[in-house]
Amino acid sequence: MKRVVITGAGTINALGHTVPETLAAMREGRCGIGPLEFRDVDRLSIKIGGQVRNYEPEGRFNRQQLALYDRFTQFTLIAAREAISQSGLVFSGELAARAGVVLGNSGGGMTTLDDNYRTVYEDGKNRVHPFVVPKLMNNAAASHVSMEFNLKGPSFTVSTACASSNHAMAQAFQMVHGGMTPVMVTGGSESMLCFGGVKAWEGLRVMSRDACRPFSGNRNGMVQGEGAGIFVFEEYEHARSRGAEILAEVAGYAMSSDAADIVMPSKQGAARAIKGALADARMNTTDVGYINAHGTGTAANDKTESAAVADVFGAHADRLMISSTKSMHGHLIGGTGAVELLACIMAVRDGVIAPTIGYEEPDPECALDVVPNTAREAKVDVALSNAFAFGGLNAVLALRKFS
Amino acid sequence: MSSIKDRVIAIIAEQAVLEPSDVTMDSTLEDLGIDSLGLVESIFAIEEEFDISVPFNANEPQASDFDISSVAAIIDGIETLVKEQS
Repeated sequence: MKRVVITGAGTINALGHTVPETLAAMREGRCGIGPLEFRDVDRLSIKIGGQVRNYEPEGRFNRQQLALYDRFTQFTLIAAREAISQSGLVFSGELAARAGVVLGNSGGGMTTLDDNYRTVYEDGKNRVHPFVVPKLMNNAAASHVSMEFNLKGPSFTVSTACASSNHAMAQAFQMVHGGMTPVMVTGGSESMLCFGGVKAWEGLRVMSRDACRPFSGNRNGMVQGEGAGIFVFEEYEHARSRGAEILAEVAGYAMSSDAADIVMPSKQGAARAIKGALADARMNTTDVGYINAHGTGTAANDKTESAAVADVFGAHADRLMISSTKSMHGHLIGGTGAVELLACIMAVRDGVIAPTIGYEEPDPECALDVVPNTAREAKVDVALSNAFAFGGLNAVLALRKFS
Repeated sequence: MSSIKDRVIAIIAEQAVLEPSDVTMDSTLEDLGIDSLGLVESIFAIEEEFDISVPFNANEPQASDFDISSVAAIIDGIETLVKEQS
């Protein structure tokens, strides 16, 4: 089987419009969550989120492109440009024919849907823009990445709610690992921060009105974010032969299904995915130095995830670090695993552990080292990234320091 | 029109798939077999029925001002909210 390395990373999210900006914010423990700004926000009871700020799409895309690109597609392309540019790859000939793009996404073009429902229901119009369907479809972002970069290999979108990006990256890893293709572009994106998107989440009554405080005794729910994270996964020999800079090695993954409840998480399902990722990467529990938690800040997730980690790691659970960067960038739903993989890269490559900010009081049911409020320097060889979705679908990735 | 009490009991009974007569004032939601999703759905139905807003966050049911410890407590809470919000 082939070794798989990461040779490019890109992002745009509430913490920054690039990877260096985002990692700097994570190191500083900066919060990207603030008051939401969009039409009808006054009719919401949840008025905060991790919105991408100071964003001017007109500077990034031309008029024709903007007519076709929903916000989630725009974010995806911005992140893909950064990642592919860093990798130095140009897709042509045989490489273009084999390389593809697999992305995670949950809501598709939610803003497009919201705007056009308004047009027909609220404004009473009987005509909508001709591009509504190609704009809102979940695979629009993957397709536009394939077109902009000439990726003609296996390409599709994975939709498993909050685990979408991790499932997508697991697929891309598997394709390179198994020798199907030397390069895959992967990751995910989401943009649900519009009136209808937030209103739908409000209904479930699991959102916080003031802050995302994962693992803290006084946590009171999740906060949504938006943005994208995109990576270039490349076969090691292919990367080495062209002298590419290697950010980290993707060592393995596992997926599991709780087969239990549509919203409540399961300790057993989460533990099976964590254990499976270690087995796939041929690692021992004691190799793991850092876990980027799913850590949504809900009562149910954080205690279940803590219990699963304690079960899998035993005594080592007290020696590893686990943090939730959702406290800073919010929960990007289908894009969240991709942005969170950046914290894992920072851990193994730079030896910096992103903190869980907003941590105010201990919770005996989450008694792990959650790296409260301040980033920490530590030598870490292996980092895991957890994603446990609504619907009980779990995916965990294992990254190893490249040496 | 029937009383607030009867209307709340009807909503809870429907959620629990029981006859209203089986829903007693000292029943807890757990006794009635209503789980967390069922609770959120019941609160939505109550808000729609009375056109009120119920302050309830599933992450901290104990911390919410709204007491859900028994059917009687829920009815008391709804009566107060209807008075305040009408």
